[in-house]
Amino acid sequence: MQNTREIAFTLNGEEVSHRVPVRQHLADFLRHELGLTGTHIGCEQGVCGACTIRVNGRSARSCLMLAVQADGCVVETIEGISQSGEIADLQHEFIQRNAAQCAFCTPGMLMTAADLIGGKEPVSRDAIRDHISGNYCRCTGYHAIVDAIESTLNKRLASDKSNPHHG
Amino acid sequence: MKAPLFDYVNATSLDQALGLLDQYGEEARIIAGGQSLMATLNMRLSQPQVLIDINSIQGLSGVRETRKDIRIGALTRHMELLESDIVKEHLPLIASAMPHVAHVAIRNRGTIGGSLSMADPAAELPACCVALDATFELSSRSGQRVVKARDFFSGLYTTERQDNEILTQITIPKCAPQQLHYFEEINRRQGDFAIVGLACTAAVKKGLMSSKRSLKALDVVIFGCEDKPTRLAQTCLHLIGTSIDKNTITAAKQKLEQELNPTANLEGRADTKLHLATVLLERALLSLARDIGTID
Repeated sequence: MQNTREIAFTLNGEEVSHRVPVRQHLADFLRHELGLTGTHIGCEQGVCGACTIRVNGRSARSCLMLAVQADGCVVETIEGISQSGEIADLQHEFIQRNAAQCAFCTPGMLMTAADLIGGKEPVSRDAIRDHISGNYCRCTGYHAIVDAIESTLNKRLASDKSNPHHG
Repeated sequence: MKAPLFDYVNATSLDQALGLLDQYGEEARIIAGGQSLMATLNMRLSQPQVLIDINSIQGLSGVRETRKDIRIGALTRHMELLESDIVKEHLPLIASAMPHVAHVAIRNRGTIGGSLSMADPAAELPACCVALDATFELSSRSGQRVVKARDFFSGLYTTERQDNEILTQITIPKCAPQQLHYFEEINRRQGDFAIVGLACTAAVKKGLMSSKRSLKALDVVIFGCEDKPTRLAQTCLHLIGTSIDKNTITAAKQKLEQELNPTANLEGRADTKLHLATVLLERALLSLARDIGTID
């Protein structure tokens, strides 16, 4: 018989309680039980990065975490950070620069890139490449993605500079 | 594929976790960061009866400093090590290795205890612990014992940890003021496991009659080649007492070729790995020579 547990956690700002099979990973739970299909599943072994989400403020692979381990955590998915507007400028820049082609990797790529664009310092292109090294894209060759992240960050830093009292 | 059926216990104390380990023996698996175990569960390479989650146990994580050593809790995440000022100051070899340990999302959850217990032969932290002569504390219901990193890794994904034990703490001597170090690895993608890697520490002696400086101590560890991190004892012995120059580097590379016996895997043929190991050794020795001042 399948072992199950009751879990309760915060998902994109809302309280969620659910009974989950203990063997189910968090990505499957988000997609199959909650219908949040923005979190993609590529490899289920932590290599491709398509299932990247945020747990307690830090990025994590949702295929390498059991749903039962989300109990008591604050979880954010691509749906959450899209609807809040947190990465609206990054998404706009991805479209402008054609950084999403087939777009399978895009939700994970955006979740990972979101870490980088909140800072107060410029980030070099090499550092951007290092940071997204855990996310595979098989279409773009990464160049357009690095462009989009760099450009978003530069625009945010320039706007901070012209409005020093904001942010 | 999906993980097989198993039971799951979120242990809230070390005693509870150790009790469960006693009860289930090899049918139990400890899950810490889960960054390797979850993949093996998803692929059904691992089929435990029960998964014991140790993430909620207090007191198993964090980096602290004593007079001589740095003590690292087994549950300390890679990201904490990467960001730790204590590690930067006292364990520069680990600090230079951490940017190579996995990718950001993996580093946020993966733990040092998990990496060491998994004993992947191409992983960075086992090699660094061997180079730095770290000691590991293993806890079980019958008490604690300490095993040197140099004795802990026994083979491919195999360690001296018994089924009823949990690795709880890693102790590493503080880097002495004059100690030198070098870390480098070759891989296809930043953050992946190494094709071949090298971690080394060295100490230098000043000549009595001249300013010429020579190697007083040297420990070179190669990983990603054999079934566990390899200490190049013979090669190092050959280099100790010398001041590094072009001739000693050439001789050292020949020693390495005799001493190291790489196994081929998907990352490369045995002869490729052997060649890459000599390349890394040369880079390490050139870097040490520049630090010492024997080569510009």
